[in-house]
Amino acid sequence: MNWLTNFVRPKLRGLVGPKEIPENLWHACPSCNQMIFHRDLEKNLRVCQHCGHHMRLEVKQRLEMMFDEGAWQTIELPKALPDPLKFRDRKRYSERLKESQAKTGRDDALLVAHGTMGGIKVVIAAFDFAFMGGSMGAAVGEGLLAGARLAVMQEAPYIVIPSSGGARMQEGIVSLMQMARTTIAVEEVRDAGLPFIVVFTDPTTGGVSASFAMLGDVHIAEPGSVIGFAGARVIEQTIREKLPEGFQRAEYLLEHGMVDMVVPRKDLKQTVVRVLELLVNPGPMAQVVSLSGDGGKLAVVEHEEKSDASTTD
Amino acid sequence: MHTYLDFEKPIAELEGKIEELRHLAGSGDINIADEVARLQTKIERLIRQAYAKLTPWQKAQVARHPNRPHTVDYLKGLIEDFTPLAGDRLFAEDRAIIGGLGRFKGSSVVVMGHEKGSDTDERVKHNFGMARPEGYRKAQRLMKLADRFQIPVLTFVDTPGAYPGVDAEARGQAEAIARSIDTCLSLKVPLVSTVIGEGGSGGAIALATADCVLMLEHAIYSVISPEGCASILWRDGEQAKTAAEALRLTAQDLMRLGVIDEVIAEPIGGAHRDRDATVRAVGESIEKQLRKLGNHDPDTLKSHRRQKFLEMGQNSL
Repeated sequence: MNWLTNFVRPKLRGLVGPKEIPENLWHACPSCNQMIFHRDLEKNLRVCQHCGHHMRLEVKQRLEMMFDEGAWQTIELPKALPDPLKFRDRKRYSERLKESQAKTGRDDALLVAHGTMGGIKVVIAAFDFAFMGGSMGAAVGEGLLAGARLAVMQEAPYIVIPSSGGARMQEGIVSLMQMARTTIAVEEVRDAGLPFIVVFTDPTTGGVSASFAMLGDVHIAEPGSVIGFAGARVIEQTIREKLPEGFQRAEYLLEHGMVDMVVPRKDLKQTVVRVLELLVNPGPMAQVVSLSGDGGKLAVVEHEEKSDASTTD
Repeated sequence: MHTYLDFEKPIAELEGKIEELRHLAGSGDINIADEVARLQTKIERLIRQAYAKLTPWQKAQVARHPNRPHTVDYLKGLIEDFTPLAGDRLFAEDRAIIGGLGRFKGSSVVVMGHEKGSDTDERVKHNFGMARPEGYRKAQRLMKLADRFQIPVLTFVDTPGAYPGVDAEARGQAEAIARSIDTCLSLKVPLVSTVIGEGGSGGAIALATADCVLMLEHAIYSVISPEGCASILWRDGEQAKTAAEALRLTAQDLMRLGVIDEVIAEPIGGAHRDRDATVRAVGESIEKQLRKLGNHDPDTLKSHRRQKFLEMGQNSL
């Protein structure tokens, strides 16, 4: 990301590219089929006003809704070796990359931004599903590490918002290694004593769910998001039977103890802020309980000075 | 009964001929020694030629060969006083990953690995080496045990992948794998992993985020099986051969990519043609690596391990 890609390219595109005219002023909800006026849909953060179905949110809109006053700064992410395998399926991977870069205006599938939420300094790493299904290759791994380091540097909580099918097959073993590397990112945040919050959005599967995403201090999921390891089709083929209703949905994971809460999009920001406040601003009443020497009797050591005569000289 | 792979057909035919000759000789008193010796030489030449230039897809078949030594064979051949430990203390015992305490070249180790099983009953019992969350949680438990008593950990990787099933998902397959990687990275004792057959994706790296990753010459290690990759990217499972090439899943390519640390040579004709020699070779390599790692203090071990993975991805093919 630089001046050329951030400023010049969009401007050029604005001049010569096709004008963005809403193709359809009305959208059909993929869940309940009811019609929604496009402005209502945007105002409602792409949640169906009829049935509450959560549609995928564009990554920029996602950051807008999370940060105070919709203001944030992205950081430039370190470059990773593109196409380490010189991979080619029906098309060259290098071409697929270029296409996705042109389509999204981003270098890869991750955006790292910092700003404040409820006045608390935070670093957010958000996946762009539009970029090759949000798949994780070396660039995404580098980005997640960079985000973790920024969080540690700023002593800010780290929030990751995955929307990803998993590891990027076109990077083969290098993408698998990102599972280890992003786990190290989590460990660095944990070692610094900072909160690591994961906001699961649709979908969070494969190598992404089986690494950093499942290692959060607190797991918050959007309603209806698909979260799991193996793809539903693969499971169906293996067990040769129909999958249970609601399988691998956020609510199913809540039921099975894998996420802490399922939170509708409109309440998401305030929920994250509340969790962060509880974790980083423990307040004057927070106490450290320690075992004293006299027969293991519990002693309460107050944080506040001079609050307890026995702890002063 | 020996199992022959597709590309071994000419070898199988010649070995069949020798068998026929022996049968004939048994009924009469024809001297077949010369003919058998001649055929034997020819077979050896054919095997050597075939195995000198295996394609990635052929390697995938060799890596999955039913007679290839499995984790149980390495336990038998390398570990004295092996004492199996079972269960994740949360839900169940998962036999897709076997492990326990034992002694390797005189020193205590915690050892574990995926077990595929070698006949139908065994395969079912071990779920073809495809672990459920319980398997990974047992692995974590054993690794933490090793950490507490400062005992090195050896892992053997041989799995098509983590089990894709409703029950596995319900009990948090993703979390179990993630936590295993996390546990590997947090150890303050040496962790040496050997990919002995098939290194299938997340199910493999769950046990292989190690200080040192060894890999047998014809083993494979990949983010997805060639078949799975073919059906997704080519929309045609028949393209597995092409996918195997594109994925760069051979030990030789992974060495060049800097993902593994050593390639262990297999006997001519693959590990399944001389199982004992293979087990011995693996033992020697593990011993060599353990000695090197033994010189580091616990904190250095852990930080080196992290550093190793952080530096990965600088090499391209």
